[in-house]
Amino acid sequence: MTTLTAPRSWDEFMEGVWRQNPLFVMVLGMCPALAVTVSAVNALSMGLATTFVLTCSCLLVSLLRKLIPKEVRIAVYIVIIATFVTVVDYAIQAISLALYDALGAFIQLIVVNCIILGRAEAHASKNPPLPAVINALGMSAGFTLGLFALGSVREILGAGTLFGVSLFGPNFQPWVVMLLPPGGFFVLGAWLLLFSWWARRGLGKPVKEAVEHV
Amino acid sequence: MSESVFNIFINTLLANNFVLAMFLGLCPFLGVSGKLDTAFPMGLATTFVMLVASLCAYGLNLLLGHFHLEFLRLISYIVIIASAVQLVEMVLKKYSPGLFRALGIFLPLITTNCAVLGVALFQTSREYDFIQSVAFAFGGGAGFTLALVLMASVRERLQLSNVPSVAQGTALSLMLAGILSLSFMGFAGLGG
Repeated sequence: MTTLTAPRSWDEFMEGVWRQNPLFVMVLGMCPALAVTVSAVNALSMGLATTFVLTCSCLLVSLLRKLIPKEVRIAVYIVIIATFVTVVDYAIQAISLALYDALGAFIQLIVVNCIILGRAEAHASKNPPLPAVINALGMSAGFTLGLFALGSVREILGAGTLFGVSLFGPNFQPWVVMLLPPGGFFVLGAWLLLFSWWARRGLGKPVKEAVEHV
Repeated sequence: MSESVFNIFINTLLANNFVLAMFLGLCPFLGVSGKLDTAFPMGLATTFVMLVASLCAYGLNLLLGHFHLEFLRLISYIVIIASAVQLVEMVLKKYSPGLFRALGIFLPLITTNCAVLGVALFQTSREYDFIQSVAFAFGGGAGFTLALVLMASVRERLQLSNVPSVAQGTALSLMLAGILSLSFMGFAGLGG
C-alpha cells in the first residue's frame, strides 16, 4: 500500500510545486505576490501564512464536502477561508509586530487570493482529506517558492542584500526601481518570460500550454 | 486623520493608483483588459461594487465596534461584498445581457477582487469618516477603471505589432503594466 501510494502522493505534491506552479504557470494570486515581495523575508512570511490558510481550508472543505449544499458552496468556502485568515492575522500580530506592519492589509487580503478558493473548489471539494492536504501543500510550496524567487531577486537588485545581509559591498549602486511597484511587474514579467522560453525548448510542454491558456 | 476629501480622491486615483501602485485587483486587470469594449463596463461595475462595499463596511464597522466583535470584521466584509456582486450580476443580466455574457466569469470574480476588499480594509485601518470613505472608494474605483482602460487601449494597439512569440501573453502584459506603473510614479506626491 505504502509503496504504491507514496510515489503518487509525491507526484501530486510536485505537480503544485513545478508543473502547475500557481504563480508562474497558472498566474494566480499575483496581488500579494507583487505587493509584499520587496524583501526575501517578507516573501517567505507571506508564503508561510498562505500555506497555513490553504492547507487548513482545504482540509476542512474536504472533511465537510458531503455536508455543504452545492448552491451555497462558494459562500461556505469563503467563510471557512476568512476564519483561518483571521487566525493568521492575529497570530502574526502577536508574533512580530514589525512583520505585521510590513505586510499590512495583505495578510487579510489572503481571503481573496484566487489560489485558495480555486483549490477549494477544484480539488478539495472532490477529494478525501489526505490527497486534498497533499495537493494544498504542493500548491503552497509552489507559491512560496515563487514568492521567494520574486522577493530575493527584488531584494538583491533593489537593495544589494539578501535576508538583510549585504552581498556586493558598499560600492554597489542599488536599483531602487526594483523595490518600487514597477519593479514588481518587471521581475514577474521576466520570470514568466524565462518560464515560457524554457517551455519552448521542449523541456516542459505542460508549462507552455498552461501559459497560453491563461 | 484630517486629509481633505479632494486629496484622498486624487491620491487614490493617481498617486496611489490601486492597480499600478498598490497591486490590488490584478487578476481582472490582466484578464479583462484585452478589449476596450469590456474594460470600461468592467471598471464601472467594479466601481459600483466598491462604493456599495465601502458604505456597508462603514456602517458595519460601527456596529461591530459597538458590540466589540472586531474579529468578525473580515468575515462580514466578505459576505457583504459577495452580496453586492450578486446584485450587480442580477441587474446586468436583466438590463444588458450582451455585456453580461462578455464579462463572463470575471463578473462573479469581482467578489475575489482584492481591490474591493482592499477599499473596505484600508478605510477601516486609516479610520476615514463617512465622506472620506466615499471619496476613497470612488477614487479607487475611478483609478481602477482608468488603469483598465489605459491597459486595454495599449493592448489593442499592440495586436497590430510584431511581438516575439516567447514574449506573448501574460509576460508581455506584465511588462506593459510595469511601464504604465513607472509613468504613474510621476504623480507621486500629488494630493499629499
